[in-house]
Amino acid sequence: MNKLLVATTAACALALSAGMAGAAPLKACWVYVGPHNDGGYSQQHDIGRQAVAKALGDKVDASTYIENVPETDSERPIRELAQKGCQIIFTTSFGFMESTIKVAKDFPNVKFEHATGFMTAPNVSTYNIRWYEGRYVMGQIAAKVSKKGLAGYIVSFPIPEVIMGIDAFMLGAQSVNPNFKIKIVWVNSWFDPGKEGDAANVLINQGADILVQHTDSPAPMQAAEKAGIHAFGQSSDMSRFGPHAHLASLIDNWGPYYIKEVQAVLDGTWTSHQAWEGFKTGLVEVAPLQNMPDDVKAMAEDTIAKIKSGALHPFQGPIYKQSTGMPSKETEVVGPGQVIDDKTLLGLNWYVNGIDDKMPQ
Amino acid sequence: MSLPELQGLLLTIITAATPLLFAALGELVTERSGVLNLGVEGMMAVGAVIGFIAGHVTGLSVVGVVASVVAGMAMAALFAVVTLVFVANQVASGLALTLFGLGLSGLIGDRYVSIPGLSLERIHIPGLTDIPLVGPLIFGEDPLVYVAVALAIAVSWFLFSTRAGLIVRATGDNHVSAHALGYDVIRVRFLAVIFGGACAGLAGGYLSIVYSTQWIPNMTAGRGWIAIALVVFGTWLPGRVVVGAVLFGAISILQLNAQGYGVSLPPQFLNALPYLTTVVVLVIISRNRTLLRVNTPACLGQAFVPDR
Repeated sequence: MNKLLVATTAACALALSAGMAGAAPLKACWVYVGPHNDGGYSQQHDIGRQAVAKALGDKVDASTYIENVPETDSERPIRELAQKGCQIIFTTSFGFMESTIKVAKDFPNVKFEHATGFMTAPNVSTYNIRWYEGRYVMGQIAAKVSKKGLAGYIVSFPIPEVIMGIDAFMLGAQSVNPNFKIKIVWVNSWFDPGKEGDAANVLINQGADILVQHTDSPAPMQAAEKAGIHAFGQSSDMSRFGPHAHLASLIDNWGPYYIKEVQAVLDGTWTSHQAWEGFKTGLVEVAPLQNMPDDVKAMAEDTIAKIKSGALHPFQGPIYKQSTGMPSKETEVVGPGQVIDDKTLLGLNWYVNGIDDKMPQ
Repeated sequence: MSLPELQGLLLTIITAATPLLFAALGELVTERSGVLNLGVEGMMAVGAVIGFIAGHVTGLSVVGVVASVVAGMAMAALFAVVTLVFVANQVASGLALTLFGLGLSGLIGDRYVSIPGLSLERIHIPGLTDIPLVGPLIFGEDPLVYVAVALAIAVSWFLFSTRAGLIVRATGDNHVSAHALGYDVIRVRFLAVIFGGACAGLAGGYLSIVYSTQWIPNMTAGRGWIAIALVVFGTWLPGRVVVGAVLFGAISILQLNAQGYGVSLPPQFLNALPYLTTVVVLVIISRNRTLLRVNTPACLGQAFVPDR
């Protein structure tokens, strides 16, 4: 009886959607972990949503999003969107993973896309940005611009994504200055302007003349501006917080991906996949490359072009794990010419050689 | 550690302690009158956003500071009406005030996210401020640090050396007796709550005008709760609350500093250290049970309805 009911409903839904094709626009919906205007992570997703509306015009209705969704209570809002007739739903925070999979099971005709996760289903894809590509370029710029050869790095939590960023930054810096040093400070928060600003001041006080952040607020940028040193921004262009300090920001640019995926649903070509894209498809940008000499800018642009073309991979060997002695065969992760594979990168839990700090356990 | 490094460190500690001190001193007076207002976080959030906007619109950071105080008072007035006039449960109303304040601040500030704000510059007295170490610390802080110090002294003097302060404490300790003696309990508590709101609003304004010079939703990041805890662990004595606030500020900066120097302790532990140390130290200095009983407002959190 139940089976029959489900089958009838599915058939009805199918007939309905077929009948509506061409008439009603495709409904694409988003779920954000923060406010749509947080000036950082969630705002970048919202800009991506607006790009879809602009690019696909009246073929798509991209007006629906739910913001401030707690990771602990995300199933209800996602289910609500699916019931409201959303045909593709983007759930944009790592913590939404399990509820996305759960809801997707009950709505086989709705497409789901989950950002930064690893669980998929026939109607669930994952998508993520290769931020480390940008961080490698930032490391190169830092090593060129820093007079003291010392960067301060403000970080949130020791998860692979963050460690990957630190390692990539260091590898980039070492490619320019093998003796480059970083000091790492963990603030145990993605977002606390007061604490991030404090951490920035502490690092400046200890001699860092470049600040890098893997947290969300512009407070470190403001501290850098005040102290007359340089800094990199996070998620969105933070140049207005440090007109003289700002070298570049690591910008999330989700628009091209969202447009591609919504178009695929329109064309009926959408399939489940795991996307991890970077410079090549424009998902990450290191921009606007300012407050630096022209030769540094040229070097950064050249590196970006090489990563785009595949000529350079930030995690290209020889790469050694952190050790007290000289790099040796025991600490070698990959040899010359080899590249660390994606699976290892996604679970990265060690520092590269040259980082003095101890990895938090 | 070099002299400029030490100086930078101490300046950062003071900046970290100041907002906590404002909020905690306000809450202390409120609780001394017998009212438990758990809405500090919400009042701070609204103070932060209103202060930021007022400063941004007028171009004067002083206007921003004043506006944050007024905003905190308005939020506190709401709480006072609900709990004192309509005798609603103080704990529930305080929690509601926090949730309401955080939501309201997000709504008000919607268009002001990611705008660099005005800052309140540190003062500079030629000659005095230029003395190494001592100069910037004593003569080179931002103006609100001096306000905080003055406020701590004033609150202590008011509570323990004035008649009005005695009435506030009497109201908190035994509202029935205070009422019988002819004091208007509701009026005293109303004023104490408003004072608490003004301080919380100022603490919020300090965050968005001095500490970070920007406004972002939820930027108070739990500091209102820390302030409430400081009052309790400081056993309702202004001096101990000052110790607690400075200690908390100091440890939270020192642990960041230790990380920068590569101290091999887990950062998760270091980040928890300010909370642990502050609680332990305040519990130790407050271990005299008799003194604790004397200083705890006996009617804290209890509603009062005048019977005649």
